Amino acid sequence: MQLQFDESAPLYQQIAAQLEEMIFTGGFTEGSQIPSTTQLSAQLHINPATVLKGMNQLVSKGLVEKRRGRGMFVAPGAQDKIMQARKDSFYNDYIKRLLVEAHKLGITKEHLLELIKRGENDGTITH
Amino acid sequence: MEQLHIDHITKRYGHQVVLDDLSFDLAPGKIYGLLGRNGAGKSTLLNIITSRIFPTAGTIKLGDQDGRDNDAVLGQFYLMSEANLYPKRTTVRRMFDMADESYGGFDYQNADRLLKEFGVPSTAQLSNLSTGLQTAAKLTVALSVNAAFILLDEPVLGLDANHREVFYKELIKTYQNKPRTFVLSTHLIDEIQQVVEHVFIIDDHHLVEEGDVQAMLDKAYAISGPTKDVDEYTNGLRVLAQDELGNVKTAYVYNQLDDQRILPDRVKIGHYDLQHLFIYLTNGGTNNE
Repeated sequence: MQLQFDESAPLYQQIAAQLEEMIFTGGFTEGSQIPSTTQLSAQLHINPATVLKGMNQLVSKGLVEKRRGRGMFVAPGAQDKIMQARKDSFYNDYIKRLLVEAHKLGITKEHLLELIKRGENDGTITH
Repeated sequence: MEQLHIDHITKRYGHQVVLDDLSFDLAPGKIYGLLGRNGAGKSTLLNIITSRIFPTAGTIKLGDQDGRDNDAVLGQFYLMSEANLYPKRTTVRRMFDMADESYGGFDYQNADRLLKEFGVPSTAQLSNLSTGLQTAAKLTVALSVNAAFILLDEPVLGLDANHREVFYKELIKTYQNKPRTFVLSTHLIDEIQQVVEHVFIIDDHHLVEEGDVQAMLDKAYAISGPTKDVDEYTNGLRVLAQDELGNVKTAYVYNQLDDQRILPDRVKIGHYDLQHLFIYLTNGGTNNE
């Protein structure tokens, strides 16, 4: 597993976010085992305490669960939970920012709707 | 296992002050970074902790026991240093035996495995190896020796990229199998910033900063935008350094930001890394002038 890191967020949050992304996109399926703190920290050369903190974040969100003596597993319903959380933050993360930027650029509501329609027909945008 | 207390350590050679009143504690089972520029006094400090040299003032205590002339305490510390204290023609295998004789319980199995990873023959004489392979051989001993506090002075000296990878991986492996305290003393910060949990920064013979890496990085903000706005926003904050390009300024702040401060529209906040924090803290630091 290869993770990409940047400096904008604390390392443990980045670890949590990347594991979450892999669960969301099906890289780790529900019920399957994810790499242990031990494996992750040895492979990524990251202090075990940092990895554990990231892992605990996923546990407290109910996305992964610890099975005694066996390791960490993706919790049932994890994908749906991530989906729901992302829908909830979609308004704040995307819509609000879009409107702020559009306002700065003097883009009207009508023009904005036109642009969205254009995007829907844009062959270069892959899903 | 008890805490190691470094208590008001000062070291002078004649009038030259090498360490000036350093105090800090090392907890059992943690990986620390001891950071400082060349000549800051890192090696002197490690030599004092392991009683290779004596401080002019101050004490080293494990729990409440003084380290000086106390074999039970000194037997808990292992120092891997740049200096070669081995007799001429010492083979790598003999280094293992010496560590076993001094500390007992040397992990030969781990050591043999590490030698293979590093590609060092156990029959080789240390002094005949290249700088990088000498470091690899010494690291092999340090990661297999039976001591509670393992101090590594310039652990990646001369190691190539592949061997550095092996070192970081094996350090974390052995640490997880058998948690003990490691101190990595280095000025190569970029590579160790995610391995160490807590760092001490020494500059100009003083301890200038210590803390958990994440807590330190949480206070390290790069604030950029129009000079006037950045100056206003950072007024009263601790600014370690700043870059100016035309009308745009980036201020490297080392401070908590409270919510009371109103962020001007055109000012952006980001973070900078441990390497830069170290550079700014040990460069004398500039103020808002």
